[in-house]
Amino acid sequence: MIPVSLVQGSYVVAGLLFILSLAGLNKHESARAGNRFGIIGMALALVITVAAAAMGTKATTGEVSITAKGSGWIGLAIMLAAMAIGAGIGIAKARKVEMTGMPELIAMLHSFVGLAAVLVGWNSWYTGGTHDKVHNAEVFIGVFVGAVTFTGSLVAYGKLSGKLKSRPVMLPAHNAINGGILVAFSVMTVVFVYQPIRPLLIVMTVLALLLGWHLVSAIGGGDMPVVVSMLNSYSGWAAAAAGFMLSNDLLIITGALVGSSGAYLSWIMCKAMNRSFLSVIAGGFGSDGNVVGQARDYGEHTEINAVAVADLLRNASSVVITPGYGMAVAQAQYPVADLTSKLRAQGVNVRFGIHPVAGRLPGHMNVLLAEAKVPYDIVLEMDEINDDLPETDVVLVIGANDTVNPAAIDEPDSPIAGMPVLHAWEAKDVVVFKRSMATGYAGVQNPLFFKENTKMLFGDAKERVEDIIRAL
Amino acid sequence: MRIGIPKESRSGETRVAATPKTVTSLTKLGYAVVIETGAGKVAAFDDAAYAEAGAVIVDRAEVWASDIVLKINAPDSDELPLTHRGQTVISLMSPRTDPAFIEQLQAHGLTGLAMDAVPRISRAQSLDVLSSMANIGGYRAVIEAAHEFGSLFTGQVTAAGKVPPATVLVIGAGVAGLAAIGTARSLGAIVRAFDARSEVAEQVESMGADFLHIDAEDTGPSADGYARETTDDFNAKAAALYAEQVKEVDIIITTALIPGRPAPRLITEEMVASMKPGSVVVDMAAGSGGNVAGSRADEKVLTDNDVTILGYTDLPGRLPTQASQLFGTNLVNLMALLTPGKDGQLVLDMDDPVQRGMTVTRDGDLLWPPPPVQVSAAPAVVQPAVTPAVPTRPTRDPGRTRAIALGVGGVLFLLLSLVSPPAFLSHMMVFVLAVVIGYYVIGNVHHALHTPLMSVTNAISGIILVGALLQVSPGDWALTIVAAVAILVASINVFGGFTVTARMLQMFQKGDQR
Repeated sequence: MIPVSLVQGSYVVAGLLFILSLAGLNKHESARAGNRFGIIGMALALVITVAAAAMGTKATTGEVSITAKGSGWIGLAIMLAAMAIGAGIGIAKARKVEMTGMPELIAMLHSFVGLAAVLVGWNSWYTGGTHDKVHNAEVFIGVFVGAVTFTGSLVAYGKLSGKLKSRPVMLPAHNAINGGILVAFSVMTVVFVYQPIRPLLIVMTVLALLLGWHLVSAIGGGDMPVVVSMLNSYSGWAAAAAGFMLSNDLLIITGALVGSSGAYLSWIMCKAMNRSFLSVIAGGFGSDGNVVGQARDYGEHTEINAVAVADLLRNASSVVITPGYGMAVAQAQYPVADLTSKLRAQGVNVRFGIHPVAGRLPGHMNVLLAEAKVPYDIVLEMDEINDDLPETDVVLVIGANDTVNPAAIDEPDSPIAGMPVLHAWEAKDVVVFKRSMATGYAGVQNPLFFKENTKMLFGDAKERVEDIIRAL
Repeated sequence: MRIGIPKESRSGETRVAATPKTVTSLTKLGYAVVIETGAGKVAAFDDAAYAEAGAVIVDRAEVWASDIVLKINAPDSDELPLTHRGQTVISLMSPRTDPAFIEQLQAHGLTGLAMDAVPRISRAQSLDVLSSMANIGGYRAVIEAAHEFGSLFTGQVTAAGKVPPATVLVIGAGVAGLAAIGTARSLGAIVRAFDARSEVAEQVESMGADFLHIDAEDTGPSADGYARETTDDFNAKAAALYAEQVKEVDIIITTALIPGRPAPRLITEEMVASMKPGSVVVDMAAGSGGNVAGSRADEKVLTDNDVTILGYTDLPGRLPTQASQLFGTNLVNLMALLTPGKDGQLVLDMDDPVQRGMTVTRDGDLLWPPPPVQVSAAPAVVQPAVTPAVPTRPTRDPGRTRAIALGVGGVLFLLLSLVSPPAFLSHMMVFVLAVVIGYYVIGNVHHALHTPLMSVTNAISGIILVGALLQVSPGDWALTIVAAVAILVASINVFGGFTVTARMLQMFQKGDQR
């Protein structure tokens, strides 16, 4: 028998450790400690819960004591076995994942939380017994959020890993479908509170699974940073909802932390694209790949070869590299890091300018560059580097497009007008690494490519960077 | 084509529309440049220097016979008869307030480009004479104030006693205001500044001044980049601030202008009367009505309580050499924009919002006012519903919307709590607090660590495992199997999440540790 107070106390400590864990991630220096806090908190919570679940609990209030029977040795064996299998799969996956594959992994992990929330919710309803009204509502909402997270994350995983097409799937009246499911859900919640019958729960689960699938299907690849952080948020809310139905404060605290953190990240990403959260979720932005907005004649672009770029770099005193998703696709981060250390050895001031929505995950570029051992203190944010760009000799744009598009500032009718961008064109020379002259995710032509100080270097980014290193 | 630079005719005008340097740039664009004898004399550019730079020195009539005339001030009634149909005149024109002049342009069949109507968008910054002149004006305003002020700007402790530093209040932190702040700071004064747009606080602080805040909705930027007129509530609070500040400060520099309207009256007679004797006020808006009660354009006024009010409108002109150079460079940048072929042929592109915005008339056809230029407008698809505080949608008052949403939410919650059991509410308390904590903790996370942040939050949201663990009950196998599956998938999350985070964080290295 484990005293309930001990269990509660451990949960308080674990909750605090989780908060410290997130706070630790504020700075690079304390980030590792933060992760450790998280692990300690989780270990504490799991050990005490497994013990309590297996051995049963006892709550004493004055003379009266209430005991709950544990699941015994068999239960313990089941728990440990399931955890061991899960741990094995999780650690193995985490060990071998490529840093470019980080977005997929995270999306997939989100789906597990969603699935677990659905299962826990169903179980909770099944064992609920009394079926009081608040509990009914909690179950219903918890299963809904969990199910949306589950299929939504699966679709996001599919799109990010290339197993599904990343173009948005636009069913006719897709906003009506989403809205309809939400309305149906609200109505069903009210009914379920008074009439908790199984068919209703089944229908709702199916609808929620559909909604998750449909919601994310309609969103294109470039909006994925928002989607992933949104799903992150949902997975938190799902855990919090489970906490409500199980009356477990630790679940509530943790879920709320994760939920608000994901929501905050989504908000940052939306701000970086100058778009509202709703418009991202509603999907369909530049989805058909056509050039949107007024077609303009920007003139001719100039090509350059790797040897000439090497010359430019050799004579430069400051270089800024602005990577985008293209760098991740081409796996060019290692050669880029090589190039960086070569240039730095020659006394060139090389820095990186990262746009908040570069890549498919918040902070994706930072992780890739860190993997390639680029020191983090030369990797700067857009706002930190924009003011320095006019004094920069060469800007290398590697696999980025919309995030360096001057149309966002100059052309008020452009679909990306008002989006904060890296002012690459202010540098003396700009070299754009690109496979072809196709438009970026937003389907907007980029006048940067036609500027007088811009040279285009066509081909696979990785090979081109390697060519430059050879030429140096 | 030939460009003519006449000598400015307006009395007191010291500037000239071209300097030897800008003449060289104009000739590089393919133009022939003629300049009136003695045009740059007051600004310290002699004819020989112009001739050396490639200009031809000619008389007045010859200058006005050119295809294009570049001037500082709009042509006056003596000069307009010298123009000819189809000629292009580029100068300050105040088209918003001077309709009579626009009629003159039409009557003479001229193409008029107003340098003071350049749209305020990034690309047009290099043409913006209002900015470049305001910059000089702000500097000069401080110098004029220092000239009138009976004490030092900088504080010192000397053998003859302590000298307190002067305190300067700058109202309006546009280009002129910021220039004034910088100048006053470098003279050693303590500088405070105020502006209706609270987002300029950062710029003010970057110049070394203290930004004075008031507790009211600020006006935010308007679509064209200028400050807008303020609300009554705001004005009342700002007036209270001024009333309090004027008693403390030694120097006040006001720069508040609203395009196309008389300047707002910021400092009232009572405020001036409450100032310390010997204080100096520079009203940079005196030319358009004045921000300060009692200021007169182009005059120095001494009030009964010995406060000096300067209403000079020719502040940039008091630095004629530099002002001409900057004005001239703005003109060169404009000519470069108008000469895409660099062949000395002026081409006016009416699809370019910058060129369209400043064109008042073309060959006598009225083109004023131009369509509004939207600088920072969001694309039409964006419906501002959830993103708070993006200051690009001036039509909606975000504060009020948020207040209403909060109010409605609060009432709904109270209604809900009426029918909820106490246990639920105590969980709700925990939940709400955790949401708030999460928000503040995450708000500080470094951008570069967002991916590790997501994987850590991912791992800890696997805490749902706890719920699943408690549902294992060997008596009921259906329940137990479902719970076991939940345990399994949540475990993947917990262990996978922490492992991958640790792996990622291991990779972040600082430069000097390598």
